[in-house]
Amino acid sequence: MINELLWPTVTLGGLAIFFGIVLTYASKKFEVKTDPKVEQIRFLLPGANCGACGYAGCDALAESIADGSASVSACPVGGTVLAQKVADIMGVTAENSERMVARVLCNGDKENAKEKYIYQGIEDCKAAEMLAGGSKGCKYGCTGLGTCEKVCPFDAIHVINGVAVVDEDKCTACKKCIEACPKKIIALVPVSKKVRVLCKNIDKGKEVMGVCKVGCIGCRRCVKACEFDAIIFENNLARIDYEKCTNCGAAQRSVPLIQFLMKQNRKSGFCRFF
Amino acid sequence: MNLKTLSFKGGTHPPHNKGTTENLKVVQSKQPDTVAIPMVQHIGAPCEPIVQKGDQVEVGQKIGEAKGFVSVPVHSSVSGEVIAIEPRLTSGGSAITCVVIKNDMKDTVYEGIVPTAGIDKLSSEEIINIIKEAGLAGMGGAAFPAHVKLSIPPGKTVDTVILNGSECEPYLTADHRLLVERPEDVVDGLIIFMKALNVKKGFIGIENNKPDALEAVYNIVKGKEGIEVVALKTKYPQGAEKQLINACIDREVPSGGLPADAGVVVNNVGTAAAAAEAIKRGMPLIKRIVTITGKGVKNPQNLLVRIGTSFRDVIEECGGFVGTPGKVIAGGPMMGIAQYSIDIPVIKGTSGILVLTEEEAKLPESSNCIRCGKCIEVCPINLMPVNISNYALEDRFEQAESCNALDCIECGACSFICPAKRPLVDSIRVAKREILAKRKKAQSK
Repeated sequence: MINELLWPTVTLGGLAIFFGIVLTYASKKFEVKTDPKVEQIRFLLPGANCGACGYAGCDALAESIADGSASVSACPVGGTVLAQKVADIMGVTAENSERMVARVLCNGDKENAKEKYIYQGIEDCKAAEMLAGGSKGCKYGCTGLGTCEKVCPFDAIHVINGVAVVDEDKCTACKKCIEACPKKIIALVPVSKKVRVLCKNIDKGKEVMGVCKVGCIGCRRCVKACEFDAIIFENNLARIDYEKCTNCGAAQRSVPLIQFLMKQNRKSGFCRFF
Repeated sequence: MNLKTLSFKGGTHPPHNKGTTENLKVVQSKQPDTVAIPMVQHIGAPCEPIVQKGDQVEVGQKIGEAKGFVSVPVHSSVSGEVIAIEPRLTSGGSAITCVVIKNDMKDTVYEGIVPTAGIDKLSSEEIINIIKEAGLAGMGGAAFPAHVKLSIPPGKTVDTVILNGSECEPYLTADHRLLVERPEDVVDGLIIFMKALNVKKGFIGIENNKPDALEAVYNIVKGKEGIEVVALKTKYPQGAEKQLINACIDREVPSGGLPADAGVVVNNVGTAAAAAEAIKRGMPLIKRIVTITGKGVKNPQNLLVRIGTSFRDVIEECGGFVGTPGKVIAGGPMMGIAQYSIDIPVIKGTSGILVLTEEEAKLPESSNCIRCGKCIEVCPINLMPVNISNYALEDRFEQAESCNALDCIECGACSFICPAKRPLVDSIRVAKREILAKRKKAQSK
């Protein structure tokens, strides 16, 4: 009776001790040195593996931050809060970069922009682009078929009334929509800067007026109104230098003047600065 | 005349609807008041206008000089005054610089238009040069410069020329009428191409739904050495280059290759007739036969139209629209491009203007794939359209590329046959575009 219990106990116990010793030795001998910071940083990162940072995923970014090849604020999703925490781990100070958001530089919705034909093909901007640059009269504007909406991992961009609009609270500046947009009309801007030119049309004013009620006609009122030289006018189009813009709103106040100069049959302003 | 009919594997049979115009003689169209002649009517580099606003030009005078090797010059199709040089909408969908000429209705021919020394006295280089100077671009639709096809790069040998007279696109009868009415020009064109390439074998492939064309050409070819008329099975896309080569001489063009890789040069019969015109009479390409057809147009016709005439003028000459048109297509229904304006000029590649009624233009509702495999059966390239399309719709372009999406010739046979009316060719085109864009990006890095 005692043998029946003893022998298995001794055998299995012996094996356990043997393997324990082998494994302990192996774990010391073949140890892969890892930086504890990688673990800590990885724990802080969002874990969505969205790829917005340009690395293969959160693991890859954590390694790169730990070995110093990526900046502590490399994760656009986490923003400044995350950058601060990562900086603490790395023992550096995070440069105070402002959160960026994507903005669609077109305001040509169904009421404002003229359609040149009825598009019946697949719901994809890239497909419509092949047919004379999409169904909108303006070849620079938003096609409005939601290719950006499909690629957004954060549900932050939606086509509303024929034009894509970014939900700035949800946007993480991952740039997926910027890459997907065949018209290249989505840009990253600092979230606090509220002045924007929602137009990419570089044609002459008369042609712009023919296709869109809210296109930039190149009147340059906004350029003159800006005291900080923050509005650059090139290629028949106003563009804002966000380094210089102070959100003063002078450009916005110049709108009534433009309305005054407008032809009578047009009821709303060309410029949508807000 | 007893000809065996040849064909390729795959393909489909769309209703060909050619009955309306196939027996109508080609009529010279009215002289238009103005013409707008685009500086790009071909695949390749745009031309530069060499006339200025206010200049007087004559019929056949060169108005656009080719820039680069893959480019052909452009000539005036009327005599009159240049009233503008400005970007105008064209059938490709974008605005292209056009020379707008006000017609003086005198039809004065440019003094430089004289017959050449004749085919027997010209060398191969001289022929290619005349063809280039005559502004010849493929008249089947793609408008690839003809002289580029005839200049074989070193390392490749070509032993056969095939003329494409299959005209497999439904509705169109421009090539058909050309073969019936001017078979000698077509055959002369073939002889010119054979001389230019220094080859001994030439084929003229014609679908067997055009027995009158087959007979007309056969009668001319009879007794001419090295030239053969081939009757092809009526099937879409019989006129696609690679399928035509496969049918005529049973060779296969490698994936991503050109017909020259299979030792063949293929040209449209219209291009051949234009080459004959250039060599025999010295006249550059300034007119082409256009089939104006469809239920949406009052009097369908085959018109000989001057390049640069607007679609509006041409349609008006055919009695205008019946009711509200549903769709106006430049080219045929399978591969043509739908237009949103009819104020666009007829160009070298405009083989037809098809006007569909609202009823015909309605798109069927697309539903789920039932995995019947019909698209695979009909694909002339032996691709699997269903797979490529599914990958494309999910933005998985790498997988689409591994399914050889780039070999798709966009013939639309799969979309036509699909019982679920899936947008097959549409999505494959998106995939092709994305794959090419990616390659370009990778190259520039």
